[in-house]
Amino acid sequence: MYALLAIGFSLIFGVARIVNIAHTAFYMLAAYCFYTLLVKTGLGFFLSGLISVGAVTLFSVVCYRLVIEPVREHEAAVLIATIALALVFQELMLFIFGGHFLGIPSTLEGGVRFLGVSIPYQRMLILVVAGIMLVGVWFILYRTRLGLAIRATANDLEVANLMGMNVHRVAMATVAISVSLAAVAGVVVSPVFVVDPFMWLAPLVTMLAIVVLGGLGSLKGSLIGALIIGYVEAITVFAVPAGAYLKGAVALLIMVIVLLARPEGLFGVAFEEER
Amino acid sequence: MLRTFIVGLAAFAVALGAQAQTIKIAILGPMAFVQGENHWAGAEMARDEINKAGGVNVGGKRMQIELIRADTNEIQSVPDSTNAVERVITRDKVDFLIGGFRSEAVLAMQEVAMDYKKLFLGAGAAHSKLGLNVEQNYERYKYWFRITPVKDVDLVRTLFAVMGSIGQQIRTDLKTDTPKVAILAEKAVWTEALVAASQKNLPAMKMEVVGTWQPSATATDVTAELSAIDRAGAHIVFTMLSGPVGISVGRQMGERNMKAVAWGINVEAQKDEFWQAAAGKAQFVSTLDTYAEVEMTPKTIPFVRAFKERFKKAPTYNAATYDAIMILKTAIEQAGTTNADQLVPVLEKLEHVGTGSTATWDKRHDLVWAVGKTAGIAVQWQDGKKVPFWPPTVKGMQPFKMPK
Repeated sequence: MYALLAIGFSLIFGVARIVNIAHTAFYMLAAYCFYTLLVKTGLGFFLSGLISVGAVTLFSVVCYRLVIEPVREHEAAVLIATIALALVFQELMLFIFGGHFLGIPSTLEGGVRFLGVSIPYQRMLILVVAGIMLVGVWFILYRTRLGLAIRATANDLEVANLMGMNVHRVAMATVAISVSLAAVAGVVVSPVFVVDPFMWLAPLVTMLAIVVLGGLGSLKGSLIGALIIGYVEAITVFAVPAGAYLKGAVALLIMVIVLLARPEGLFGVAFEEER
Repeated sequence: MLRTFIVGLAAFAVALGAQAQTIKIAILGPMAFVQGENHWAGAEMARDEINKAGGVNVGGKRMQIELIRADTNEIQSVPDSTNAVERVITRDKVDFLIGGFRSEAVLAMQEVAMDYKKLFLGAGAAHSKLGLNVEQNYERYKYWFRITPVKDVDLVRTLFAVMGSIGQQIRTDLKTDTPKVAILAEKAVWTEALVAASQKNLPAMKMEVVGTWQPSATATDVTAELSAIDRAGAHIVFTMLSGPVGISVGRQMGERNMKAVAWGINVEAQKDEFWQAAAGKAQFVSTLDTYAEVEMTPKTIPFVRAFKERFKKAPTYNAATYDAIMILKTAIEQAGTTNADQLVPVLEKLEHVGTGSTATWDKRHDLVWAVGKTAGIAVQWQDGKKVPFWPPTVKGMQPFKMPK
């Protein structure tokens, strides 16, 4: 889940320099959408998931056009606008569904024991879906014309523009890809967790720690950063059981240390060398 | 023109008079959440019942109950809760305050209420400090009374009483002398005393504490915690959870097919929606609770049934706002006034048979703890139903079950 979220966040930052704080809020919207379609209207898992991802992706493009694009030149304004968007989504969900914690049935029941550790099939499904999505993103970026345009824009926005690329459309497509990753995460993860209006906050903090660790804008860094932070969180719980609540703080501490020692992260481009 | 003015003035005077005929009670709670919903639902039931019967007799004058719904938003913001209290006191001119849920917020709300010398009947927070304040500075804090739940230390007493009986069942069923217990408590003010008491007392009860895990109250994934607990070979997961983490624990224990049974406080597991929220995986999760269709008092079963009929779900402990209003009515009718200073001594001497408990108060204005009176009940989720199993002396209790 962390990898899907972090890669999406990193992608949109790398291409359009948009720090989308509402990224995990789209993940929350997808989870609510999936819950409504699956539990309330009784559509199947596949159809509910597909519609949820499609609807949230489409909605993100509308939000981009209405809220982000008009202020895109001002990074601080984009940051504030996306924070506002996220809070609006949160309050909307609170208004519509209340503060109730909602559960979604597992797509796959049961599990296996591996080396004494019990692994539910749903968790394995998340791993498989995340893997497929990551391969899909790689394919789009490195094997399609759209991917070429995205990479060119990420490399040098001005030159890409001068070469005749419609950088606004590229940014919009990147927003769609990025949010679709978050939406997929929302759909596959919600049967494991609890759906509530505040579910976007905890992953936001962890996601920020991951992208800083991996390097802002680096997809490889996001993937490796997600693995590192995931392990660090688990190790924190095993090493300091009474301090299990600190796992988020440990992730943030890593973020601060990385910012101080190596601001570009593990695989990012040094800020002074950008563009 | 003059006649219109006089008629208007008369109408205004009548309206003012009518307003003076009501007793205004602010119901404080996080209204977007289940806790606040239950605060409000319990209060509505009491209001409707009292008003239908003619209101409250205040020194020979019948007065109707008027409820003011105050959303404290305390789960998200403590300052919001104190603002809500200020607002209902200064703008809505309420006479009494009832409710509260989160200890941190109720401690702050208590200060505002005491500043204005308003009687505040707590219906949700467990922290001992709330009562300790009364003992340490009686003149300032005497307007605070705890209606539900009992204070945290007494919650521990109930938890240990039930733990003793579960431990005995494990000794018999699993043929082990020393059941292993994993403490799983969210990191919050209200769990501090509980965790310390558990670590100290469980070994004295011939139980081995295999570890203490403290996730965040809002944690959605407790895989690492449960893996560690599973590996430690715990028979009982002693839970102290009020947040959504309670759902994650119930669900993920089921998904992992854990052999340990969860017992403790799990506020989410007290709700009817818990089974659905845990996707039907929370088999055998058990928790301290207040309401079930058992004869805790003669009023319990009729109240629970009426609540279910009206709101289409069972009440949680916050619905004891019903009892709070009934207690207030009794005190007002005995004192013949709504004056808080005169009501305090009446409340201190009162014994009230409510829907969830038979309440009397000590010098801290905390409920006097007693099994079968204020200690509450224990329930276990069995095949989608919340089954009450403790105290065994109460009519209607059923057997506690262990995972196979």
